[in-house]
Amino acid sequence: MERVYLDHIAATPLDPRVLEAMLPFFRGEFGNPQSLHAFGQPVQEAVEEAREKVARFIGASAEEIIFVSSGSEANNFALKGMALALRDKGKHLVVSAVEHQSVLHSAKSLERLGFRTTIIGVDRDGLVDPERAAAAITPETVLVSVMLANSEVGTIEPVGEVARVCRSRKVPFHTDAVAAAGSISVDVRALDVDALSLAGDQFYGPKGSAALYVRKGTRILPLIDGGIQESGRRGGTENVAGVVGLGRAAELASAELDSRAARESALRDRLIEELPRRIHRVTLTGHRTLRLPYHASFCVEFVEGEAMLLSLDLKGFAVSSGSACTSRALKASHVLLAMGLDHALAQGSLVFSLVEGTTAGDVETLLDSFPPIIERLRAMSPLYTQYLEEKGK
Amino acid sequence: MMYTDKVMDHFQNPRNVGVIKDADGVGKVGNPVCGDMMTFYIKVKDDRLEDVKFQTFGCGAAIAVSSIVSEMAMGRTLGEAMDITNDRVAEELGGLPKNKLHCSNLGADALHEAIKDYRARRAGGPEAKKKEEGGCCCPYCDGPLEGAQGLCRSCHVELRECPECHKATKAGEETCSHCGAGLPSG
Repeated sequence: MERVYLDHIAATPLDPRVLEAMLPFFRGEFGNPQSLHAFGQPVQEAVEEAREKVARFIGASAEEIIFVSSGSEANNFALKGMALALRDKGKHLVVSAVEHQSVLHSAKSLERLGFRTTIIGVDRDGLVDPERAAAAITPETVLVSVMLANSEVGTIEPVGEVARVCRSRKVPFHTDAVAAAGSISVDVRALDVDALSLAGDQFYGPKGSAALYVRKGTRILPLIDGGIQESGRRGGTENVAGVVGLGRAAELASAELDSRAARESALRDRLIEELPRRIHRVTLTGHRTLRLPYHASFCVEFVEGEAMLLSLDLKGFAVSSGSACTSRALKASHVLLAMGLDHALAQGSLVFSLVEGTTAGDVETLLDSFPPIIERLRAMSPLYTQYLEEKGK
Repeated sequence: MMYTDKVMDHFQNPRNVGVIKDADGVGKVGNPVCGDMMTFYIKVKDDRLEDVKFQTFGCGAAIAVSSIVSEMAMGRTLGEAMDITNDRVAEELGGLPKNKLHCSNLGADALHEAIKDYRARRAGGPEAKKKEEGGCCCPYCDGPLEGAQGLCRSCHVELRECPECHKATKAGEETCSHCGAGLPSG
């Protein structure tokens, strides 16, 4: 069976050119970049070259890039590192309700240290209202964090506007750009953010390799204390191959982002327009146009997400769902609930996220394969039976 | 694959799906908040389950559990069917992932509810009382809860009722996981 991978939000495939760039550091080039001898120096140069590439990718300068192990670490580092650095100034945070768990749970951890968090809600499309962010800021606020784009519903947030508000109130602002970086163009100067998280496995780089941009002059405390790596802001011997891979992926993304986005958004729009024509009672989740180019997400009424996911997997399609049953914690997606969807609808969540290599043919096969799956699952759904009975009355 | 071949077989080819219009007993459990809903319909003749059908809204495990329960119950006496336990259901499926064990509870419960409904109808009493809608889920594992109980059967978290919203929340926490209200200690 031919398999079609539509789970960009879980991981993107490693670009062979990225792998090529990484291989020397798994083979001969084993030196520690901090070593002053002939084994260390070329490796250090490779790390610094990667730093330049990541910086260029987001319009930053090299010394503003800190390499970390994952998007989650970048978010933890930003939230905890920046809040704790300013704890004498105040102990209040503002985050949106649709942030990744690594942001929300970091805020929870900070609450145990005496911080207070204001969680700002979103509208039905998952959009944060910058005015609500502005209203949440108090003289005690030491950090605001709103994501650039949401991986579950694809909505692109008005981060530039929130950043402007924060700048005028002199409050540091962080954005989680893990789902966005590599798929839409990101410029930290244009956005005017103080910190930004990105991760390589979301744009054809390796897993375990991510970065936090921290604007020059922004205060941040290390999460990992250690040596002088990353200018003393993150201890631990560098994940050299990962860092080099991240740099190469950033370089490729800078060059190929526009053509990738144009191709993917055409396929995305085909799915968004056609799926509700083929299956009734299907709703798009997230904003229709302020949306990641690779992202099409829906809620299908009267069926549950995991059952759809498994059925699609048996037909060769790999997708994600935000239903409670698919999460190991068995909780419905906090993102969908924050957008005001009821539990039953949130259970029918499904995310198709395209990757480089997804073809128009793949999308058409999906459009043909999906309706019979829904028909089969609805035929055994008591909610659908109930709907038909009520409709018949 | 997180599921056994037998679970996948019953998920792909569920036995006895459907509705019995003139059922002798109907059992409904779960709600969409929990993630799973099951309805079992039974026909009874000479104290035996002559027919069993079900409808399920839920994950792969929930569908497979419903299917195997209907198969295990078919043709059995009511007493035998009442003896079908969650453990036997999970065992029959070759095991379930730990966080899906509550699905096996639901399947056996829905069958038992249908039998209780049948018995209540026979006794001339009102139809077996339907479970209360809403607030039926453990906030930690989303397993089903019956009324005010102090312990979740599925994940064994200790629970208490929030004085503000009256939903079950974890004992010992400072705030309610549903409404955020502060909880008095003790």
